[in-house]
Amino acid sequence: MIFSYYPGCTLKTKAKELDAYARRSAEALGITLSELPEWQCCGGVYTTAEDEIATKLSSVRALMEAKKEGHALVTLCSACHNVIKQTQYALNTDDDMAFKVGNYMQCDARAEADTKVIHYLELLRDIVGFDELKKNVKNPLTGKKIAAYYGCLLLRPSSAMQFDNPENPKIMEDFIRAIGATPVIYPMRNECCGGYITAEDPAMAKKNSTAVWESAKDFDADYIITACPLCRYNLIKSESPLPVIYFTELLAEALDVK
Amino acid sequence: MLTNREKEQILISSGVDVRKCMRCGKCTGTCPAYDEMEYHPHEFVYMVEKGEIEKLMNSSSIYKCLTCFACVERCPRGVEPAKIIEAVRLAVIRKQGNNHIKAEDIPCMAEDDDTPGQLVVSAFRKYKK
Repeated sequence: MIFSYYPGCTLKTKAKELDAYARRSAEALGITLSELPEWQCCGGVYTTAEDEIATKLSSVRALMEAKKEGHALVTLCSACHNVIKQTQYALNTDDDMAFKVGNYMQCDARAEADTKVIHYLELLRDIVGFDELKKNVKNPLTGKKIAAYYGCLLLRPSSAMQFDNPENPKIMEDFIRAIGATPVIYPMRNECCGGYITAEDPAMAKKNSTAVWESAKDFDADYIITACPLCRYNLIKSESPLPVIYFTELLAEALDVK
Repeated sequence: MLTNREKEQILISSGVDVRKCMRCGKCTGTCPAYDEMEYHPHEFVYMVEKGEIEKLMNSSSIYKCLTCFACVERCPRGVEPAKIIEAVRLAVIRKQGNNHIKAEDIPCMAEDDDTPGQLVVSAFRKYKK
């Protein structure tokens, strides 16, 4: 099966392993990720203002490009996924936004950006299936206690994301079970790491991130996994004693393609 | 002196109906930036309704919102306070010379090789025009 794929800027630079392990694992599972030929940076964070149009256009272009290729669009970085999904939601629910974006793009933007967008975890859950994934595991991570860190961007706002229950998600825990490990449920798994505030107030980011890893540590986790390069960065910068790794690295390890 | 025009702009830009707020404070209770804010999410909503825009525009609170969408998700009335904070911040940084951050203001950029591009583009999108 072929899917269009939007890696995003950070997966080409500081988070190359998030991308590389995802591609290798997809191949092992019979999925082809076809990178969009001319994608642009999503901007990292969605601008909620309804009179902001230009900042949403890179997402619109990615959606239109995937639609043209005739495939659903797979994302991997939590931020890209959030920005693209929220942009599409705004196009579909806000007539004024759809009209103005159409003026920029000289097309019926709502119709031409009508591509199904799924995160890589949703690809594993809904296309591959966690039962099927489990059958493909060659190197089960038996005995490892893993804390899934969702953060904000995969889950919220749930009206647009439609990813999982925003207050009690289970997709990453189901993933952890599928690769043979044991999920650790801890209170801070869907709270904010501090995000971009670390650019101007690193102490504040450190406080937020520390609360996350302390919570995971209190519940005896061995590792923390994430899909977000900025969450990982903030957790590591806050001196997390638990290793913080991308979920795709564990996937590749379990599939024996690392 | 700011006029009703500023309030009108913030209401249009955010798309928020501030009158829906029932002042339960859940947005503020769940805000991860609570400790750093002079004005909290529920106060943004109330003060915009009252037209006290200037105080908000002059407060560093507009730069403390993390866009984590916790208040948006958890508001029992669907008010979406983060969108009001965003609209007030935009009303400030859209003005000439009002960028809150410049490239050289990101201290980790120079000596820290791990800084993800995601951090830089996000900070620029939130803090400058």
